[in-house]
Amino acid sequence: MNCRCQGAPSDLSLLAPVLSEYAAVPGSLITILQKAQEIYGYLPVDVMYHIAEQTGTTPARVMGVATFYTQFRFQPVGKYLIMLCDGTACHVNGSARIADAVQEYLHVENGGTTGDGLFSFSIVACLGCCSLSPVMMINEDTYGSLTPAKVLDILKEIRAKEGAL
Amino acid sequence: MSIRIAVGKGSCGIAAGAAKVSEALAPLLAGSGIPLGTVGCIGMCWLEPIVDLYDGDALKARLVQVKPEDAPRIADAAKNGDFSSISDLIITDDDAAFLQKQTRIALRNCGIIDPDSIESAKAAGAYTAISHILRDGVTPEDVIACIKISGLAGRGGAGFPTWFKWNAARQSPGEEKYLICNADEGDPGAFMDRAVIESDPHTLIEGMLIGAYAIGAQEAIVYVRAEYPLAIKRLERAIGEARAAGYIGKNIMDTDFSCEFRIKAGAGAFVCGEETALIESLQGQRGMPRLKPPFPAAAGYWYKPSNINNVETYANVAWILNNGGEAFAAMGTEDSKGTKVFALTGKIRRGGLVEIPMGMTLRDVIFDIGGGIRGGKAFKAVQMGGPSGGCIPAELLDTVIDYKKLAATGAIMGSGGMVVMDESTCMVSMAKFFLDFTAKESCGKCIHCRIGTKRLQEILTRIVEGRGREGDIELLEELCNAVRDGALCGLGQTAPNPVLSTLRYFRDEFEAHITEKRCPAHTCTDLLHYEIHADKCRGCTACARKCPVQAISGTVKQPHVIDQSKCIRCGQCIATCKFDAITVE
Repeated sequence: MNCRCQGAPSDLSLLAPVLSEYAAVPGSLITILQKAQEIYGYLPVDVMYHIAEQTGTTPARVMGVATFYTQFRFQPVGKYLIMLCDGTACHVNGSARIADAVQEYLHVENGGTTGDGLFSFSIVACLGCCSLSPVMMINEDTYGSLTPAKVLDILKEIRAKEGAL
Repeated sequence: MSIRIAVGKGSCGIAAGAAKVSEALAPLLAGSGIPLGTVGCIGMCWLEPIVDLYDGDALKARLVQVKPEDAPRIADAAKNGDFSSISDLIITDDDAAFLQKQTRIALRNCGIIDPDSIESAKAAGAYTAISHILRDGVTPEDVIACIKISGLAGRGGAGFPTWFKWNAARQSPGEEKYLICNADEGDPGAFMDRAVIESDPHTLIEGMLIGAYAIGAQEAIVYVRAEYPLAIKRLERAIGEARAAGYIGKNIMDTDFSCEFRIKAGAGAFVCGEETALIESLQGQRGMPRLKPPFPAAAGYWYKPSNINNVETYANVAWILNNGGEAFAAMGTEDSKGTKVFALTGKIRRGGLVEIPMGMTLRDVIFDIGGGIRGGKAFKAVQMGGPSGGCIPAELLDTVIDYKKLAATGAIMGSGGMVVMDESTCMVSMAKFFLDFTAKESCGKCIHCRIGTKRLQEILTRIVEGRGREGDIELLEELCNAVRDGALCGLGQTAPNPVLSTLRYFRDEFEAHITEKRCPAHTCTDLLHYEIHADKCRGCTACARKCPVQAISGTVKQPHVIDQSKCIRCGQCIATCKFDAITVE
């Protein structure tokens, strides 16, 4: 099935090695979805249809599982994914002020992506680095003991590196 | 002296810059013969990055808050054995006391061994317990009996006796059995499991092997949060090393015991901390809890007998087998044996990972070990058990850490999150914070949890926004009882705890919000009122220039005023004023 409602169809051949390894293993749907998200950056609708077809289940079940877990995204994300922790320790130590600073500087809502596709912003549950609170991760890197000023420096540095001003 | 250097590289050490320190040291030590190694997290997170100088196994100097630019003098000191040039980096006695007051069993190797080396773990005693069991013919029943004597109870929060679960799974009929480790550490404010896996994965593997042997499982599965990439990476490596060394796989140590290991990365759902939801997730389904009974010991993963324990529970097992159940049971109180790990965070001076014998008081942990409140403010409460737990106020600081004593306060032992709050924390807003969390994380299976938490969240939201109504407190209480009694699983049954316990100890704060439309802690922005006092204002214009919404007006050298209709209550004017002319109520 080729759903084209999100634009160009995804290259389903990229998923072939994953499906040949896991499609027949019972209980692997979440693993397949995780690998698919690693490949495409998010879960495009046509990819989910393809997974359903190849694993012998319904698209509804694939969608049901995917939407249950917060890790899965259904829209492309920016090159830099900012995950701001709002666990208890970060909350008590002022994560809300950091969120305001990011949103004001990038003009982006929680869950949104900047117009230039550079940054996505997401407020997440505890990242488990509570002693450095407030904390955020940008892709794989963790930044701790944040202040609104410090967070702006970090974002400006990334923008400068990417030549976006 | 033969000095070696170890850099602490847990997630928080790396976030604080440990990798950069290590990179700076490496070229300076090249050719010197001084080994540069990695260790996990010692738990003194407020002092990261930490660099340890060892002579053999003896710690010669612990250097704290090290920066990459300190590398040359550290390298020089290591080479010539004279530490006087780095004396300013050496940990103070006051800070070092943080460790000395602890009793480390689950964390015994954390921050000491190299998590990426099975040799380092074995030198610290890893795999001696399983080797003894298999080589000397200790029976599964003997193992369970030893755990029974120790009094070890589930460290994930519920505190159920570990031996009982193991025995039930062992007694369940069937050949195919599974042993599962719950490392889906979802409580906001808790990071014990992450630290153990990142710092000492072999202790977890050995504990699980012993459990698998005891219940008769052929496969062990670790369900880890996807948010813990470093923990997953180190555990994968450790499993590979243990397999190569013959501790995992078929006919372990040439016995009939065979056990496979694998890791399953969770996908982000708090409810998967509940054991039957976790099993559903392992089977590739939505993580929705099952009706119990049957319990997992009878029908768990693929409806086969299964045992699920938390990381910290397994981390105690090998120590208990090596030292005897009696040695473990000698620590603690009548009801709670052994030690417990806590993640001490929030407004605390020394935040980090603490392992203490049961029976210490909260005051011992927060003030003696944690050093009290940061920035000279007053202690207000400590939150234990995350979204399933509650707040314990200052007057109960002498409560003993013990499952029953903590439960009597309305909080719970929980998995070990201990978030300390000071006078600037609003307890109503904290209750709302937890309900925002549980309402979002409710799986939606049962009505009491799905709709009840949503309604609780709505009521709390209107209270903190100044729209609270008379009768709201009573409505909260009624709803809390209904959700607690009606929900299917632990998430829903305990979701009202943060509200009930704050109502119990801080009812006056709820009343102030509802009737006086006032937030005593000055944190609920909708209830704040900023004012410039004309007698103190010098008209310096600093606040007017700083105000992001131009709500402050006035002429130079004349008192200024705030236009309340424009004010967004950001507090920047107060931070700017040098004359204490602005107050907030």
